[in-house]
Amino acid sequence: MPKVKPHRTSPSLDMTPMVDLAFLLVTFFMLTTQFRPDEAVVVDPPSSTSDLRAPESDILTLTIDSKKRVFFGYDKAPVKEAAIRAVGAKYGVTFTPSQIKQFSLMPNFGVPITQLGSYLDKDTEQRKALNPSLPGVPYDSLNNQMIDWIMEARKANAALFKKPTFLAIRGDGDADVQTVQTVIKELQEKDINRFNLVTSLEMKPVAGAAQ
Amino acid sequence: MAEIQQKGGDSGKGGKKRAKKMSTKIDMTPMVDLAFLLLTFFMLTTTFAKPNVMQLTMPVKDKKPNPDEQTKIKASQAVTIILAPDNKVFYYFGLNEPTDKSVPVPEIKVTDFSANGIRKVLLDRQKQQPEPIILIEPYVFDGKQAKYKNMVDILDEMNITNQKKYALVDISKKDVDLIKTQKLL
Repeated sequence: MPKVKPHRTSPSLDMTPMVDLAFLLVTFFMLTTQFRPDEAVVVDPPSSTSDLRAPESDILTLTIDSKKRVFFGYDKAPVKEAAIRAVGAKYGVTFTPSQIKQFSLMPNFGVPITQLGSYLDKDTEQRKALNPSLPGVPYDSLNNQMIDWIMEARKANAALFKKPTFLAIRGDGDADVQTVQTVIKELQEKDINRFNLVTSLEMKPVAGAAQ
Repeated sequence: MAEIQQKGGDSGKGGKKRAKKMSTKIDMTPMVDLAFLLLTFFMLTTTFAKPNVMQLTMPVKDKKPNPDEQTKIKASQAVTIILAPDNKVFYYFGLNEPTDKSVPVPEIKVTDFSANGIRKVLLDRQKQQPEPIILIEPYVFDGKQAKYKNMVDILDEMNITNQKKYALVDISKKDVDLIKTQKLL
């Protein structure tokens, strides 16, 4: 048998195809990435083994923090514009076009409708400073603005995009269970019975194995 | 001074430009480093953008509940889990009917959210009783209450143990009384 001679190759290799691929991927990820917008409240959702993913769009998020506050958020600007007009009309509050524009840019908010106008007039930095002391959207049975926001946003989304709304509850791990239950009960009153609790992923336990 | 200026101008203008012979190959390593750094960054940020969700479907609320149509839970099937404050879990088997003397008063046991805690209890119960019905009651009384995390944890346990029938309900007065009489809180 003839012996296989090792080829003598140059140690420097042509990196061009690799670089091409790398830049292609960089471009792809750069274009597809959506950066997380500045939210009014930071919550730490509990973990679960559920691996269901939230859909791409049409997500209505109710953020519940540990101070019993509820924040309302929607991911589409036109829906928010329609909702603020409708809810404003119901409570007899009118908003200027610039306030509506400002509102549609915010990922979520947590102020009663009567204070919303002055909150929207502030600039981003002032709002950020104000956020820890916000009262949240009122959700008690006497003054239930939360349900109005949800119903108007759902109506607007159905009218504008002909799509159902995905309702996500994003609660902080330390939030009171009573607050979450109250929110769920009020939604049930409006025949909304399907909820999605936002959680962070944790590994599934292996069957039979003790941790 | 003028001389210096002239000299300087002379060397700038009059000097012949020599085309340096450079290699056509340039060192691409720093560029590749940067490209891969960016690639890693964007890859990691995109993967975790979408949140995970846990579905929770509540029963349709009956506006006029008809007691005849409501199915009674059999005592042998019923398991009540109470989410207590401080990450504790109370549970008892059977029904708690303080007014009905024929039903024995259930004994509340205490466990936790670890793998050997409530999960083991549920799996053992499923072996004894093929179709247990679980009532989850978060404890809310006297300012003390369970955390939302506990609620998600217990719903997660339902998924892990493949428990089909369970309901999330408000804690009843009789269960609060039962906890009190057994001096658990």
